[in-house]
Amino acid sequence: MSIYAIFNNLPALLVVVPLLLSPITALIPIGRLAWVVALFGSGVSVIVAILLCSLTASGIRITYFMGNWPPPWGIEFVVDSATSLTVMAMTTLAFLATLFADRALSAEIAAKDVGKAYSAWLLACGGLYGLVMTADAFNLFVFLEISALASVILIALGAGRDRRALIAAYNYLVIGAVGATFYVIGVGFIYAVTGSLNMADLADRIPDVEARSIVFIGFGFMVVGMLVKAAVFPVHIWLPAAYSYAPSAVSTLLAAIATKAAIYVLARIVFTIFGGVPEVTALALEWVVVPLSIAGIFVGTIMAIYERDLKKMLAFSSIAQIGYITLGIGIATSAGIAAGFIHIGNHALIKGGLFMAVGGIFLATGSRVSVMSMTGIGRKMPLTATAFLICGFSLIGLPLTAGFISKLYLVRALLDNDNLVIVGLVLASSALSVMYLWKIVEVMWVRPAPVDALEINERPALYIPLWIIAIANIWLGLDASWLVGAAEAAAASLLGAGG
Amino acid sequence: MKDNVILRVAAKILFAPIIVFGLYVQFHGDYGPGGGFQAGVIIAAAFILHALVFGLEAGRRLFPLWLNIWLLAAGVLIYGAVGVASMGLNGLFLDYNVLAASPAAGQHVGIILVEFGVGLTVTTVMLLLFHAFAGFSPNAFAEDDIVEGALAQDDIGKGAPDAADGEARQ
Repeated sequence: MSIYAIFNNLPALLVVVPLLLSPITALIPIGRLAWVVALFGSGVSVIVAILLCSLTASGIRITYFMGNWPPPWGIEFVVDSATSLTVMAMTTLAFLATLFADRALSAEIAAKDVGKAYSAWLLACGGLYGLVMTADAFNLFVFLEISALASVILIALGAGRDRRALIAAYNYLVIGAVGATFYVIGVGFIYAVTGSLNMADLADRIPDVEARSIVFIGFGFMVVGMLVKAAVFPVHIWLPAAYSYAPSAVSTLLAAIATKAAIYVLARIVFTIFGGVPEVTALALEWVVVPLSIAGIFVGTIMAIYERDLKKMLAFSSIAQIGYITLGIGIATSAGIAAGFIHIGNHALIKGGLFMAVGGIFLATGSRVSVMSMTGIGRKMPLTATAFLICGFSLIGLPLTAGFISKLYLVRALLDNDNLVIVGLVLASSALSVMYLWKIVEVMWVRPAPVDALEINERPALYIPLWIIAIANIWLGLDASWLVGAAEAAAASLLGAGG
Repeated sequence: MKDNVILRVAAKILFAPIIVFGLYVQFHGDYGPGGGFQAGVIIAAAFILHALVFGLEAGRRLFPLWLNIWLLAAGVLIYGAVGVASMGLNGLFLDYNVLAASPAAGQHVGIILVEFGVGLTVTTVMLLLFHAFAGFSPNAFAEDDIVEGALAQDDIGKGAPDAADGEARQ
């Protein structure tokens, strides 16, 4: 294959490589070999994402026609600044999670299932990348199903350690299917009045549609479907159980990339497909997305304070963090959307790192990690605990960490809009999140380890990817210019595309 | 159902015609209604009928599990390979025009190969689903699901009494 062929097909390669490696890994009986193939696949994805990023950074909007059928008839992939930023964050975190998965997955699931687990792993990654890149409203549904079914398999793999994983996976299957069905019903309504499925074509046609109520109904169904997938309060019920009973590596992967893709799609629906009818979208953003985001921030944070199981605590805090992202997107100014995209990248780093650290502790101690079982871990596993602390500070938003940049830009965007009440609520919720983090810090570092504690060794395979994430958290807190620039370009391309 | 002569004879008579009809639907998909999805289900129906009448064991002897899984993966790979081949010939993914000398011939080659891959995967997935559910027994599932990894010797419930809560019952 010539260089020309590769460069011409970058968007397709990002989906095709994981999707084709997936059946190959399913056939590999040796778990380690399957991991090597999966690592190769996610490594290639990172390289493709970097190339895409460098192309869009120079202002190019990449379009790709699947099978050379031109839109609006064929399926089109579009990669603009918003897409490439999201894809960049997702592929990098997926690569680090795969690096971590080598030890973590083989320790937590039956040896004969490891190859098949990586098959589902690659399928979930490929599906999510496709979800982000596709510019066809129905093709989006197909990728939604691919990634959701693969995620259900991955969550159910936790059943070897804890049978509750099966119930969590089933809940996710049913609730996720309801979300996807809502989305496709919405697409059906819009297709009925416009006769098109291509996003850019839809954006052109929707403002001319006479039957406004049908547009509004279709928009409502599509947005609700994506809110379910993104686990925005109050349709987040599937998330805590799914993340906490899945194998550690799977929690890391899903927490880092799965909901981000859904939030990105939400932004696409609101600003690209329905960008031409702001009177429809503004109502939904102002009265639904923003209030639900704020409610989610508080519910997630308070639930996390009362939670003792560590993985579930992190899952509840994810709901709060998703609230920050959708809040930024919900205020619909260019600064707000940029803040949302900054936090998409940062939260992927923060939560990926935290779940990875908990996974490392879980593998070392061999029991579910609760707040009490963390006693003295700071001295026993200093490398893992320190990285956990860095990611935790980033989660609260302390200065010099990536989380601070997120909060800073979110608060700035809110101040631009004179939303002083919301600013107060955001700051109050940050203060609340100190509470659950301090609880962990106290047992990790301050209290002495119990006398009968096991001897614990830290494994390089587990803490190296974790420390890459921790250092990235600090680096992005010190020099956020690349991320902020990319997020502002993303916001500009999202707002420009529909108008 | 093995003991019923009528069922046995009928299944034997129907088995080959169902597969032939499946192949007809498969290759007809090039020009008209039909294609890999429908053909795959029809062909799988022949094997499922065989397993229903002669028993799961006989069904598995006729179509072993390893072959099932290999063909399943092969179908997806054939589909993807067509796309990769068209990328290699300086076309876009799944652009059949570049696969042969003329675009029309290329479209024929492309769609037949892709539908063959689809048919293969749909047949094998149907069979795998059938055997997974028909051969399911709760006890067997519990026994071979034990974790064999590094943590298997640890006592699972040991360290975290407060981990058990009602979340999973939602």
